[in-house]
Amino acid sequence: MSEASWPPAGCALVTGGSRGIGAAIAKQLAADGWAVGVNYRSERAAAEAVVAEIEAAGGQAFAIAADVTDPAAPATTFQAVEQHFGLPVLALVNNAGISRDNLSPSLTDDEWDAVIDTNLTAAFRFTRQALKTMMRARTGRIVNIASVVGLRANAGQSNYGAAKAGLIQFTRTAAIEVARRGVTINAVAPGWIETDMTADVNKDLLDAVPARRAGTPAEVAACVGFLVSQQASYVTGAVLAVDGGLGA
Amino acid sequence: MSVTKEQVQERVVEALASFGPDADTITSSATFEELDIDSLDLVELAQIVEDEYGVVLKGEDMKELKTVGDVVELISTRAA
Repeated sequence: MSEASWPPAGCALVTGGSRGIGAAIAKQLAADGWAVGVNYRSERAAAEAVVAEIEAAGGQAFAIAADVTDPAAPATTFQAVEQHFGLPVLALVNNAGISRDNLSPSLTDDEWDAVIDTNLTAAFRFTRQALKTMMRARTGRIVNIASVVGLRANAGQSNYGAAKAGLIQFTRTAAIEVARRGVTINAVAPGWIETDMTADVNKDLLDAVPARRAGTPAEVAACVGFLVSQQASYVTGAVLAVDGGLGA
Repeated sequence: MSVTKEQVQERVVEALASFGPDADTITSSATFEELDIDSLDLVELAQIVEDEYGVVLKGEDMKELKTVGDVVELISTRAA
């Protein structure tokens, strides 16, 4: 399908948008013309810095606090962002994620639950919330930030890998369910990206990257920008690896 | 909220027509199967009904509904 203008009469929401890949995605979408809700959990100053940077560049952004694992968070966050911009959310990027690395024999229930709740369950709930509006608008873009670890095993990350693999299959399944409503749902699977999250991850993985370097948040954000664009209207249920060839 | 059966009928026909079938084929006795209304359409219809009439139609409710008249009857009864 083709839309008359893009971005459509809607705004974007990026979860976990205060730093790292999420911050880069928020800036990318703002540069592409979207008014962007920048969700953060605790780093208010960082989220406001992202908003300030977007506004300084002539874009529109709004920082909104919420713990994505709170079952009420999708409804309250969408309402706040939609009220602020006076537009429905027609682009959602489920980026909020955490890692609690440990080898499976010693992985605790808390480490397992925290990662599944944040990286998988919250993305499902935000997607469900977004689809209510997008289906009826007959357009929408959802991008879930997965990981190469959801496709390729990495010791010490069985919880993270399970959550990201689950997120990928959730993405594919939800995508085919709503495809004929003009809503696309895709996943981006970053490999080794230089962020706070990877600062203390097992560096052995980096030796296996064919590109022989870590990626940048901006390189991931560019791919998200494409999937959210009008040009990507026929791409749905896809997993776009952004990993320097690590998963190839 | 007070809503007449005629108002519900009108809104349901409008919603169903947005899913594809011609409005004049959407009669009370028409089945969803005949109209080519599938499960995703019914989920969206349930969403509209919940937003506009505050009536929550669950999956098990929807399974029992075969015709346009069934859904109009259920919504009218619950919204009353």
